[in-house]
Amino acid sequence: MSLNVGGKQQQHLLQQKPSILDKSLSKGRNEVSLTAFALLFSEIVQYSHNRVASVTELHDKLSEVGERVGTRMVELLFVRERNSKRETKLLNILLFIKGTLWKTLFGKEADKLDRATDDERVYYLMEKDPLVNRFISVPRDKSSINCAAFMAGIIQSVLNATGFPAKVTALW
Amino acid sequence: AELFTMTYGALVTQLIKDYDDLETVNESLDTMGYNIGLRVCDEFLSKSQISSCKNFQETAQVVAKMGFKMFLGVAGTIPGWSDDQKEFDIELRGNPLERFVELPETHMKLHYSNILCGVIRGALEMIQLRVECRIVKDR
Repeated sequence: MSLNVGGKQQQHLLQQKPSILDKSLSKGRNEVSLTAFALLFSEIVQYSHNRVASVTELHDKLSEVGERVGTRMVELLFVRERNSKRETKLLNILLFIKGTLWKTLFGKEADKLDRATDDERVYYLMEKDPLVNRFISVPRDKSSINCAAFMAGIIQSVLNATGFPAKVTALW
Repeated sequence: AELFTMTYGALVTQLIKDYDDLETVNESLDTMGYNIGLRVCDEFLSKSQISSCKNFQETAQVVAKMGFKMFLGVAGTIPGWSDDQKEFDIELRGNPLERFVELPETHMKLHYSNILCGVIRGALEMIQLRVECRIVKDR
């Protein structure tokens, strides 16, 4: 008898808390200031920097953070923008990344999308002034640090999540 | 704005994965917020160009309304003060840091927006006010 009562109480408690999945997806409104993001990102870089020893590990940490961002963006964007229809062809997904994803994340489209001449499976997505690199100053002894590894992580997870296993690296 | 939300979510997830203890995660969020707050103060003062506040209450109002609005896009309200006028609450509706976030049962002790506490603490310290800030209630 007492077990039954306990079970009902718990169910009542569970019903009281509305799940976040029941709420509707609102459109992205109220822009956050650029400095807020820049400061947050600099904290992330500093935190990762304190825990790793080499440059490649820093890139790995940054792209890991980017990967988490990317997986969530995929779901959000496809439900909101394309009416839950995912792209299946390679060129379409690349164009989607260049256009819609970049626009939602950074406010403008990526600069260029090119195909490499020597290897057919390699594509280049160019960006002249990436947002993440604008506020990070690089010390001279570690001049190969490129915080665009964060963006590379986002792209890599988006591609993996839509069924195109890929490897993305950030180059100068 | 979504980039900001997602990035913050990724940061918290990474912290949880690195540290097993939730208290340490709370503390590191607070420390990171403190570093951010030190820098945010200069920026806020230069952008808003207000003169210095006469008393603590005005400081509170300014921080809640203008400060949050400038950086996060939402303005906080101050529902109440304590009896000795030394403590006040800030209520923040529509916090962009936790737009799509739901805390599971196992992580109830995590103060998800603890970074905001650190930011307030750091910013007020730059104007020579030492304060303590903590999260009272999550939605």
